[in-house]
Amino acid sequence: MSEPLVVLERVNKHFGDLHVLRDIDLTVGRGEVVVLIGPSGSGKSTLCRTINRLETIESGSITVDGKALPEEGKELAALRADVGMVFQSFNLFAHKTILENVTLGPVKVRGTKKADAEKRAMELLERVGVAHQAEKYPAQLSGGQQQRVAIARSLAMDPKVMLFDEPTSALDPEMINEVLDVMVELARSGMTMIVVTHEMGFARKAANRVVFLSDGQVVEEGTPEEFFTNARSERARDFLGKILTH
Amino acid sequence: MGEIGDILAKYDVLAAFGMTVYLTVFSAVGALLLGTVLAIMRVSPVGVLRSLGAFYVNTVRNTPLTLILVFCSLGVFFILQLNLEPASSPTFLRDNAIRWAIVGLAAYHAAFVCEALRSGVNTVPAGQAEAARSIGLTFGQSLREVILPQAFRGAIAPLGSVLIALTKNTTVASIVSVSEASALMKVIIENETAGTAVFLVFAIGFVVLTLPVGMLFTTLSRRLAVKR
Repeated sequence: MSEPLVVLERVNKHFGDLHVLRDIDLTVGRGEVVVLIGPSGSGKSTLCRTINRLETIESGSITVDGKALPEEGKELAALRADVGMVFQSFNLFAHKTILENVTLGPVKVRGTKKADAEKRAMELLERVGVAHQAEKYPAQLSGGQQQRVAIARSLAMDPKVMLFDEPTSALDPEMINEVLDVMVELARSGMTMIVVTHEMGFARKAANRVVFLSDGQVVEEGTPEEFFTNARSERARDFLGKILTH
Repeated sequence: MGEIGDILAKYDVLAAFGMTVYLTVFSAVGALLLGTVLAIMRVSPVGVLRSLGAFYVNTVRNTPLTLILVFCSLGVFFILQLNLEPASSPTFLRDNAIRWAIVGLAAYHAAFVCEALRSGVNTVPAGQAEAARSIGLTFGQSLREVILPQAFRGAIAPLGSVLIALTKNTTVASIVSVSEASALMKVIIENETAGTAVFLVFAIGFVVLTLPVGMLFTTLSRRLAVKR
């Protein structure tokens, strides 16, 4: 594997009595694309969110590019600037235009000049195919377009790694592919990605590794081919059986 | 209706309502500023600030405005001798009465502005704050750039109600000898008669002040609403 970029060691977390993350060890190399997969409630979204500390952990350690996750404050904000995040519900800033959504981070966090940030934003919007919507507001765009803007918003920060928390789960079926295409292109460009998804097409096309979680534990990991055709664990085979039979 | 004409000719009703507007405008600005600070305290991640904000709101909101204005006038101005206009000034008493009334009105309505804004904050989905933090904005930046602009828009309608209530509540300032509209009304009733005309002049005066405010805020809340 390439040089490690995101390293989780013995990470534990509870929601009340529920032990959502149990001794999670996970290393993601620079340029690697890892898909987290698992049944509902297996802790995959929580795991994804701990990496930029939208969820705190109780024990264990998480490092990004050799630096441990800081506590709340300026340092944490600086780390989050380097870790892109794409949400299931897009979360575009509803009161700002598409262009403003993409330039806000660079201008306020990186101190980029407004004109430069706008130029770069337009390039990114072009790349994800929504440049012609730059002056509109999020509510005027379709879900697929909004999610592609959200990806552009993350990319504008030049992140070291991008987290995707079920990016296509809230989309109408005909819009899923336009988002996945952007993600595949991103993966091919060498972006380090951690993706929570059930889209096996994406996993096969773009992922280096599939990590299967169940009940807050990493049960099995392997290449997409190995995992989807020849899962070793009973729980993974049972899960795949349920999602593949249709 | 000749009576109304007589009243308008004999007394400076316009100047009295001018004072009402003066009190309203300055108290509203003060209440908006203090109320915003209180609202930020009440949604902050710091427990002490949250408690302080909640304490202020619960204390001030549940104290009658009359008591607050009397406290400002008798307590702070006359007994503690805190002047907002130097004693050498020829309008020393008048200006102190007006300014302390504004402080009291602002302090009182700030509690309501805070709660209106807090209800506005609740209209902003949690995902907006998460997205703001995830691109590296600090807590302050997230508030300024993402949460508060949306919260203000969500709070426009309740803020309009607070402003209308404030306009009418300025009448309480008459008890600490500020000569606004209701003070003049008492003078007229004293000198003339407590007829319908007197009542009508002042009732219409307040409606003229508050009705456009209400319509403006309704329009604004519709126009500026954040589409989701």
